[in-house]
Amino acid sequence: MQLIPCPWCGPREEAEFHYGGQAHVAYPEDPAALSDEDWAKFVFFRANPSGPLAERWSHSAGCRRWFNAVRDTRTHDLLAVYRLDEPKPVIP
Amino acid sequence: MPRTPGADLPDHPDFLWDDPDPKPAYDVIVVGGGGHGLATAYYLAKVHGITNVAVLEKGWLAGGNMARNTTIIRSNYLWDESSGIYEHSLKLWEGLEEDLGYPILFSQRGVLNLAHSLQDVRDSVRRVEANKLNGIDAEWVDAEGVKELCPIVNTSPDVRYPVLGATYQPRAGIAKHDYVAWGFARAAHAMGVDLIQNCEVTGISTVNGRVTAVETSRGRIAAGKVALCAAGHSSVLARMVGLDLPLMSHPLQALVSELLEPIHPTVVMSNAVHVYVSQAHKGELVMGAGIDSYNGYGQRGSFHIIEQQMAAALELFPVFARAHLLRTWAGIVDVSPDASPIIGLTPVENLFLNCGWGTGGFKATPGVGDVFAATIARGKPHEYAEPFTLDRFTTGALVDEHGAAAVAH
Repeated sequence: MQLIPCPWCGPREEAEFHYGGQAHVAYPEDPAALSDEDWAKFVFFRANPSGPLAERWSHSAGCRRWFNAVRDTRTHDLLAVYRLDEPKPVIP
Repeated sequence: MPRTPGADLPDHPDFLWDDPDPKPAYDVIVVGGGGHGLATAYYLAKVHGITNVAVLEKGWLAGGNMARNTTIIRSNYLWDESSGIYEHSLKLWEGLEEDLGYPILFSQRGVLNLAHSLQDVRDSVRRVEANKLNGIDAEWVDAEGVKELCPIVNTSPDVRYPVLGATYQPRAGIAKHDYVAWGFARAAHAMGVDLIQNCEVTGISTVNGRVTAVETSRGRIAAGKVALCAAGHSSVLARMVGLDLPLMSHPLQALVSELLEPIHPTVVMSNAVHVYVSQAHKGELVMGAGIDSYNGYGQRGSFHIIEQQMAAALELFPVFARAHLLRTWAGIVDVSPDASPIIGLTPVENLFLNCGWGTGGFKATPGVGDVFAATIARGKPHEYAEPFTLDRFTTGALVDEHGAAAVAH
C-alpha cells in the first residue's frame, strides 16, 4: 500500500484518501459563450499522460482537506504535494 | 461440466507464425498486437481481401491486456447500440473455433449478474426485459434460482449484502484467452499478415491532415491506413497526432487461486460487492476486482482493492475460505465517460480508432475485429460502430452502460 503525504497530517495509507482527478481544471469563466466542442472538452476530456500528472486528492478519512499532487502515472511516485493555494510546482 | 481439470486442454503449440522484420510499407498498419488488433487484421484479410497488413506490437503478441483479462463473454448490455455490437460478437464467438480452425475452449456455461438490493433488482429486471426485446437470451432468476444454477453461492439472507436474485444469460461464458489470440494470429499470418513484435510506435507522421507512416523502434514504416488498437495506451498514441481522447487509463486487477477440482459451474458477477468469479478449464478460480481510482500505466494496482475483492468473494462463496491465492496482476484499461467504446474515424484522414473498451474488451474481440475491419476497409463506420463515434461526446448522444459494464468505474 502506498503512503501519501497529506500536507497537514503527514504520510498516511492510500486507503485513507479519495482521488479527485486532474487538478487545475477551471470552471469556464463565461459558460454561455462556450461552443458544444468547448463544453465537451470541459466535461469529458482530461489529461491522461503516461508520466507526471497534476491531480487532486482528499484526505477523506483524516483531516478531510483537499490538496494537489504531481504523480508519475508510470511509477505512482508522488513527485510533489502542495496546497490548493500554492502554484503547481515545476517538475524537472 | 463438470470436466476433469486439464483434460480438455490442447497441447502447447509450436510456433504458429513467423517473426518477420517490418517491410518498408503496408496498406494497413494495425498498432497493437492484442486480441482486438489480431482480430482486426484477421477480418481485414479474410472478409476484405486486404492482406498487405502489419500488426505492430511493442512487446510480445497478446502480452498486454489480452494476457491479463478474466475471459468473460456475454452480451447482456442495456442499450440497443451495445446489444448490437456485443451480440454480434457473441454470435461470432459461437462459430469462432470452426472459423479459425483452432481450439479456443469457448464454454457457454452462463453468466449470473447478482442483485443485492431492491434497486439492483429493479435495474436487473429492466435490463433483462431490454435484452429480450433485442433477441438476447436473458432471464431473471430469484435467490433459489441462483442456488440451483450455482450451488456454492451463499444465498443466506443473513449476510451484509444478501443475494436477492440475478440476471442470467445462458449463452454467455468464457474462452481461453491465449488460444483466442493464437488462433487469430495463426489464421491472419496464414493469409499473409505480418505480425511484428518488439516494435513500439514512437510517432505517427501526417501530411496535409492525412496519415502517411508510423515511426517505430524498428524504423519508419509507410502506411496507407493506420488503425489504433492499443487499449490503455490509446491516449498516448493519439497525442502523437495532437488528438485528445476522453479516456482515463486505470489499473485493473485480477487474481487466480491454486488449481481446484471443478466446483464452480458458471460465472458469477456482482457489481455491488464487487467481485466476479469463474473457474478456468484447468481449475483455477479466476477473480476480477474493480479498477483503482487513480490514473496509472504501471501495470500494478493497490493492495486494498484486492483485500475488498477477497472479502466480497468470501462472503459470497464461503467454500473458497481455504483456497490459496496463486498470483495477482493488473492490466491498464482505457475507461470512457459513458463506459462504452470509441470506434471509427478520426479528424486525421486514414487514421482509425478503436479504444475505450475499459474493463470489458475481451468479450468483444471477434465482433470488434469484424466491425473495425469493415470500418477501415470502407473508410466509413460499420453499422454496429456508428453509435460509438468520437463526436458523441460533443453531440451528447452517449451510450451510458455503467450499469451493465459490471466493473465499478
